[in-house]
Amino acid sequence: MTRVAQISCGTEYSGIQWLFNDIAENVGIDLVYPEMELSQVDAACKELGFTAESPSLNMMMARAVSMLEDPTIKGALLLTCFKCAEGTIVKDLVRRYLHERTDIPIISYSNVEKPKEIEIYARLEALATLITRKSLLMRETQEGITMGIDSGSSTTKAVVMKDDEIVGVGWQPTTDPRKSVDEVMETALKGAGLKMSDIEAIGVTGHGRELVGEHVKADLNLEEVSVIAKGAALLTKLHKGDATVIDIGGMNNKLILSRDGIANIFNLGGICGGSSGRFLEVASHRLDVDISELGQLALKSKEKHDLQSYCMVFGIQSLVVTLASGVKREDVAAAACRSVANQVYENQIQEMEVRPPIIFVGGVSLVEGVKKEFEKMLGVDIIVPPNSQYAGAVGIATLVSGV
Amino acid sequence: MKVLVYPPNSLILTDLVERGGHEAVVLMREIGEHVRDAEIDAPPLNVTEEDLKRALRYVSVEEPAGLKGRIGLLVPLLEKAEAAVILSDAPPTYGCMGCAVADEFFKFLIRKKGIPTLEVKYEGGEKLEVAVEEIMAFLARLSQEGKATKSEKKG
Repeated sequence: MTRVAQISCGTEYSGIQWLFNDIAENVGIDLVYPEMELSQVDAACKELGFTAESPSLNMMMARAVSMLEDPTIKGALLLTCFKCAEGTIVKDLVRRYLHERTDIPIISYSNVEKPKEIEIYARLEALATLITRKSLLMRETQEGITMGIDSGSSTTKAVVMKDDEIVGVGWQPTTDPRKSVDEVMETALKGAGLKMSDIEAIGVTGHGRELVGEHVKADLNLEEVSVIAKGAALLTKLHKGDATVIDIGGMNNKLILSRDGIANIFNLGGICGGSSGRFLEVASHRLDVDISELGQLALKSKEKHDLQSYCMVFGIQSLVVTLASGVKREDVAAAACRSVANQVYENQIQEMEVRPPIIFVGGVSLVEGVKKEFEKMLGVDIIVPPNSQYAGAVGIATLVSGV
Repeated sequence: MKVLVYPPNSLILTDLVERGGHEAVVLMREIGEHVRDAEIDAPPLNVTEEDLKRALRYVSVEEPAGLKGRIGLLVPLLEKAEAAVILSDAPPTYGCMGCAVADEFFKFLIRKKGIPTLEVKYEGGEKLEVAVEEIMAFLARLSQEGKATKSEKKG
């Protein structure tokens, strides 16, 4: 079991600690509370430069300071309650404090009384992978002939790689995950001019990886956070130093801060479909334009209009009302792209210190209007590497070559 | 009388209340019952969805989950209490609510209940002795009032 420090403020009162404990045990994590003396609390507050009104938050800071003295702790889970203003301040302070002093992976979560189990599972599983598979994640080149499959919630992707080059790709919307994967594998093999028997190893990642992994008898099955970070580094050939990876897929999004191609802090979206590719798909349908042309249409926009809601349903309603009021299609397309970029910014990016270069991957990275909106928002150029929609598949194809 | 102590896990106040001849209403008992209840399986505190729902009688659904959990556990104490002793601004070693908003809000609920309540400020040093005297005097008054009420009822 891997020891991970739970640094929290009495979130046990939220009534969901048992869920954290169960999931942690399932993914091989032993959640521990770093030991500290009450007398250390004041010193810890001084060190972090903040004293909270809530004694438990002060204790949380002391646990963070104490954690640094325990070499057996390999990761940190920061917890406060959702909507607690003071808790959010302290959680952010602690994250920054730890980040400046240690390289261990850190994740944070805001407790609610009825959480989605999958949200907690995805975070803890990614944390476990980053700790236990570090040597595998250090791989920077693909060797031999391997296949990577990314069974996403919206689309299924496959790549065939040979000696560090992509030689075949396959992509299609996910219906029955097993049927979809059979079809993309066939397309990728055909593109590569290879047969299934030529493939030396198969890796799977993505939402449907358990089912698909069993179906294709995968040699490696890894969660998306570590794989996407690796894929982004491979596609851009930026293996050294810091980077920020934005991944927006069909149904969810991720913001990952990585160091040397390995994720170490990340934030997962999923509050609302309004910040996903699905929103842009529905918007394209309303604008009677193919999703692949939406970004180009948005770039023609000359007048700024904002949609009145980020919510998937009300966002589309706002889009329809905007169209009906006579606003040009290109301005509405740009507003839809801005809406997605804004939501990702407000819910995820602004909580983290973005480290350049910024690499944008996932299906939505192909919609140029969204890239443009991110660049305006962040004031820096964003890299969209070739084959950015295959980041997950490339990442896992490379990693499986090291198994 | 059933005297609620606040902070609700203060061992020192619990001891004083018992020395004063009353029954202390404390959080440890409530949590103890939860933890020992074999029917509930939500470690470590066994705070359940029911506890959080119970809190909704007093707090808005928009409040953070941890605040609801705390208030939910404390509500039975509040409903049981016939009197209260509140020690404010004490160091965490004197017992602690942990969450500042839950702390403020629960003190407000005690005051709103309208039961005999003594509020003492922790000032440390020799002033602590004065505070203890005040608490003991309050508890003695409660005993006398209790006796008077009983004899009124008998009469």
